[in-house]
Amino acid sequence: MALLRITSPHTQRTGHRTAWIMQMVILATLPGLLVQTWLFGWGTFIQVLIAIATALVCEAAVLKLRGRSIMFFLQDYSAVLTALLLALALPPSVPWWLTVTGVAFSIIVAKQLYGGLGNNPFNPAMIGYALLLVSFPVPMTQWFGAYEVTAANEVMAFTDSIKLIFTGAIEGAHAVDAYTIDAYTMATPLDAFKHKEGLMSSEAFATLPALQPANINAFFWINMAYLAGGLFLLYLRVITWHTPVALLSALAIIAGFFYIIDSSNAASSWFHLTTGAAMFGAFFIATDPVSSCTSNRGKLFYGAGIGILIYIIRTWGGYPDAIAFAVLLMNFAAPFIDYYAQPRTYGHKEAKKGLKTGGDNP
Amino acid sequence: MLQQAQYGFHGGIHPPENKTQSLQLPLGQPPLADRLILPLGQHIGQASQPLVQIGEHVLKGQPIASNNGFVSSYLHAPTSGTIVEISEHQVPHPSGLPEVCIVLQPDHQDQWIERQPLVDWQTLSATQIIQHLSSMGIVGMGGAGFPTQVKLAGSEKHTIQELIINAAECEPYITADDMLMREKTDALIQGIQVLQHLAKPEKTLIGIEDNKPTAIERLQDSIKRLGANIQLIVVPTKYPSGGEKQLIQLLTGKEVPSGGLPVDIGIICQNVGTCVAVYDAVHLGQPLISRITTLTGNAISAAQNVEVPLGTPVSHLLQYADFDATELERLVIGGPMMGFTIADTSVPVIKTTNCILAATKKELPQPAPEQACIRCGMCEQACPAGLLPQQLLWFSKSQEHDKAEHHNLFDCIECGACSYVCPSSIPLVQYYRHSKSTIREAREAAVKADHAKVRFEARKARIEAEAAEKEAKRQANRAKAAASTTKAAAPATKPAPEKAAATSASDAQTILKKLKVELALTSTKLNKAQKNLQAAQESGDSDTVATLQGQIAELEQQKQAVQQQLESTHVESTHVDNATNVATPQTNKPAINASTSVTSAEVKKAKVALAIASTSLKKVQKQLAETPDDEALKEKETAQIQAIADAEKALQDAQQAETKLDAADGASPAKKPAISDALKKAKVDLAIATTHLKKAHEKLAADPDNEELKARVTSREEKLAAAKQALEQAQTQDQTHEKTQEATKEATNTAPVNTDALKQAKIDLAMAKAANKKVEKAIEKAKELDLPELAGLEQQHQAGLARIQTLEQSLQDMNQGKTQTAPAAKKVQVDNPQKQLKIDHALAKAALNKVKREIENRRKDGASEAELNTQGLLDKLAQCEDKLAATERQMAASETE
Repeated sequence: MALLRITSPHTQRTGHRTAWIMQMVILATLPGLLVQTWLFGWGTFIQVLIAIATALVCEAAVLKLRGRSIMFFLQDYSAVLTALLLALALPPSVPWWLTVTGVAFSIIVAKQLYGGLGNNPFNPAMIGYALLLVSFPVPMTQWFGAYEVTAANEVMAFTDSIKLIFTGAIEGAHAVDAYTIDAYTMATPLDAFKHKEGLMSSEAFATLPALQPANINAFFWINMAYLAGGLFLLYLRVITWHTPVALLSALAIIAGFFYIIDSSNAASSWFHLTTGAAMFGAFFIATDPVSSCTSNRGKLFYGAGIGILIYIIRTWGGYPDAIAFAVLLMNFAAPFIDYYAQPRTYGHKEAKKGLKTGGDNP
Repeated sequence: MLQQAQYGFHGGIHPPENKTQSLQLPLGQPPLADRLILPLGQHIGQASQPLVQIGEHVLKGQPIASNNGFVSSYLHAPTSGTIVEISEHQVPHPSGLPEVCIVLQPDHQDQWIERQPLVDWQTLSATQIIQHLSSMGIVGMGGAGFPTQVKLAGSEKHTIQELIINAAECEPYITADDMLMREKTDALIQGIQVLQHLAKPEKTLIGIEDNKPTAIERLQDSIKRLGANIQLIVVPTKYPSGGEKQLIQLLTGKEVPSGGLPVDIGIICQNVGTCVAVYDAVHLGQPLISRITTLTGNAISAAQNVEVPLGTPVSHLLQYADFDATELERLVIGGPMMGFTIADTSVPVIKTTNCILAATKKELPQPAPEQACIRCGMCEQACPAGLLPQQLLWFSKSQEHDKAEHHNLFDCIECGACSYVCPSSIPLVQYYRHSKSTIREAREAAVKADHAKVRFEARKARIEAEAAEKEAKRQANRAKAAASTTKAAAPATKPAPEKAAATSASDAQTILKKLKVELALTSTKLNKAQKNLQAAQESGDSDTVATLQGQIAELEQQKQAVQQQLESTHVESTHVDNATNVATPQTNKPAINASTSVTSAEVKKAKVALAIASTSLKKVQKQLAETPDDEALKEKETAQIQAIADAEKALQDAQQAETKLDAADGASPAKKPAISDALKKAKVDLAIATTHLKKAHEKLAADPDNEELKARVTSREEKLAAAKQALEQAQTQDQTHEKTQEATKEATNTAPVNTDALKQAKIDLAMAKAANKKVEKAIEKAKELDLPELAGLEQQHQAGLARIQTLEQSLQDMNQGKTQTAPAAKKVQVDNPQKQLKIDHALAKAALNKVKREIENRRKDGASEAELNTQGLLDKLAQCEDKLAATERQMAASETE
């Protein structure tokens, strides 16, 4: 009878492990992954597999170099989640080495070099995405069209996808003109709208192929899938409502404001919320707890900041979508926001702000 | 009557309750243990003071330890028996450190001491009842064990709006309060009524969690039956609703201010166990000697609540509850959320032990290894204090204690909710405990460091002052030595004095110049250091600031020392310059710290007066040597001695005033003049008394049979004695004071000692002479009356004469010692007869003035011509006038020459 001497609380801490949280987030992305695969072919699915494999190898290698327990840390699923999120954000057609580069950079530089899980100031997946977007802008902006609107009028076959990703070309029976890569890819609705080149909104929606209802609907369904996944996470209390609600509201309000001012050139709130990666960003990227704000009030400011930055970059910036840059910019601000968004502690008249001591004497 | 709570609190968790296990069996009464171990510190505050000896037999309820301070408590024997041991023993405390315990061996008689219930408590004042509760050893039984009398005493200063009875019992597993409420419902309600009488609250609320329906029912029933004015409020089951602050918020919506107490917002909170203990103490006269404890956990097969005498070892209870030693993995005192583990089952049950949780490995497995914090914020959602636990963890880990404090670390109640929900299995509470204790230690260390700094600086200043003093003394001695060499050499060669003096003066000038340069350098350094300090303060470099501050203090000291030296050297050099011109025996008496010319002038003036007095004394003494029987001369001598003493006194006063100006830290500088005044007054008193006595003696000699005169003589003698005593006292006072002043007086101390001794010798001489005169008179009288004591008196007279001789000898020696350089000075004077004459003239004039003043004073006081005459003042006046005329004639003659 050797009695254990352990500090309180003495509880059975079975559920709600960090790994469980990561698993739940991974689970919540599945609807989105399924819809993406359904509408755009196997590309995304293959990218996810490449990314996860790369992430596990990189994570294990760095852990080995750092002299940490490899299995203990690999089991927290954080590397898998990072890779998954990055792969979901990549266009399905990018070559394999591009995915590998992005994931390796995410895991090695953005995460492990900062000290591993819990110590990275920036969202690792978005760091990888930003690196790829800046370095390889052409493949990073080529999306497959939804199957109904492509010249091929169908999604690419699994084997063709593999060939395309690993060799950069499609050969064999389908290697005819109509089946070249251009037959499958087209701009995303956001990209098309951004580059409507002087067309009025109504004209753009009438003429541009990427802005046809089929394509817009495809993105709408992807967004709905991620919204469903997000609601699942909210239900599980893995995330709180603050960041996504603040983000989406801010985006909707600012988009609505400019739409009311100039509806012939600006896109509506609905367009902004449903055709880009708004839902994915709001529920899966901005809610990364490590790099975001941690207090409830802080999360509201943080989410709203991302929403506003998304609109600014989409409308006046150089990129069609802006989740990565908006999130990274707000990552910078998160610690600062946290200092100024402390909750009011029990027994205090008001919340403390900043880092100055004193001043709060109830 | 039954209400739901209207308010809520932030956060909270819902851990598995695990309360049903221990409610299956009725309240158990385990057999008495063989030994009861009673720790002296069962409460918050000072440990109790034992009242019993080893081997003493005590009765049940007999106090065995008493209050030991304000926040302390009594302790009573839980049963009758013998005290077998008072020694250190393992106690239920998270630290695991042993504590002094009284060990009682029960005699199984269970014999009560006479109980004294407060039958008429409703008519007694709150103070009386609180006193009774204190002597009954009542402490808060909810967990902390805060002495109840202290808590209730707070109610006397505040208006209490709400008395809150904590029946929430939110911790999993524990059912002790639940069982207590079921079993002792009426006692509880009556105990609350006593507390109502004490605190006089506007409202009394019982807060109870909704998972205790049986207790709620019984309480409702009892309240109705007893007609108590108590509201029962049911709160939803959520941990930690039983926390004092959380329950207050739940029931009233108010928050206890951070760092404050519930009483600050007019609330007193008491646990149900405490209320029953109050009932026992007031209604039954029983002290707190037992309590209800929950025995639970899967390692126990007969989980239940038991009522146990305090001091019962846990092992005894485990055996009673049929525990399985092989299954027991973790033994927790208290609940799982806030309880602590113990490693030794021999620890006793104390006043605050509400639960013993014997858990198996399966029930409470080893905690999972800690993972990295991912800032998921679940802890924030759970925190009932509204803190940011994730941020606090970050600051605790990185030792950023100021940030942790700013994030209200000290508002953490250590409930463990954050640790419970943490997905990374981080023992958050442990981090906070560590940070809190580190901060507390740092605070204590800071207080200590402040004290040490003050002490160190005082010591440094003292050492530096001593060093400066020594240096000044050395400088003074050097100057003195130089001066005395000059003067010693003077008699040998005539032109030498001027030369030597000139040399020493030029030396002094060199030193002066050097010192001035040094002072300038130090000042520059100081300015630079101050500028640096300002820069460092602006940049916030605390290390540099501290170093610079030290440097500046040092430089300032240095500067002061140099300044002091400079001043003393300056004075010395002036003195050396004057040595050839001014004929004063006090020339080489070092006068330091001459900060103002006013005091310097005063010193000079006093010195001149002293010189004059000394010279006249010497003259008188010379004359006296020629005509030893001249009474008038003798009197004159005494008067001169007095004059010298006065002059010396004045000189000293002047010097002291001078020293006082500089020595800011001098030991009570204001005291000295007062003492000097007293001394002067005592001397004057003594002189007057002596004169009166003399007069009386003379009259008595003229009329020896006059009884009245005899009586007057006796009274005069008494007065004289009193005056002498007063003088002595004043002198000793003066001396002691001087001793304390020695530190600041520096080089002056040698000279005053000399003058003091001289003065003493002079006074001794005068006294001996007066005594001998008395003896002479007595002899005369005896001769007249032909008394048998004549022979003895004559012997006495001889002895007196001998003493006078020795005293005169020693006085002369001293005078010589004091005015070692006087011959030289005299030589100089002889060399310059005109100056000598002038001095003589001045002396005579001064003497005349003095006598005139004296006469005037006496006239003012209304003394008659005759009296003035007898005192020889008029004679003296005539003498002085003659002398003045003579010197004037001489001067005229020399001038014509």
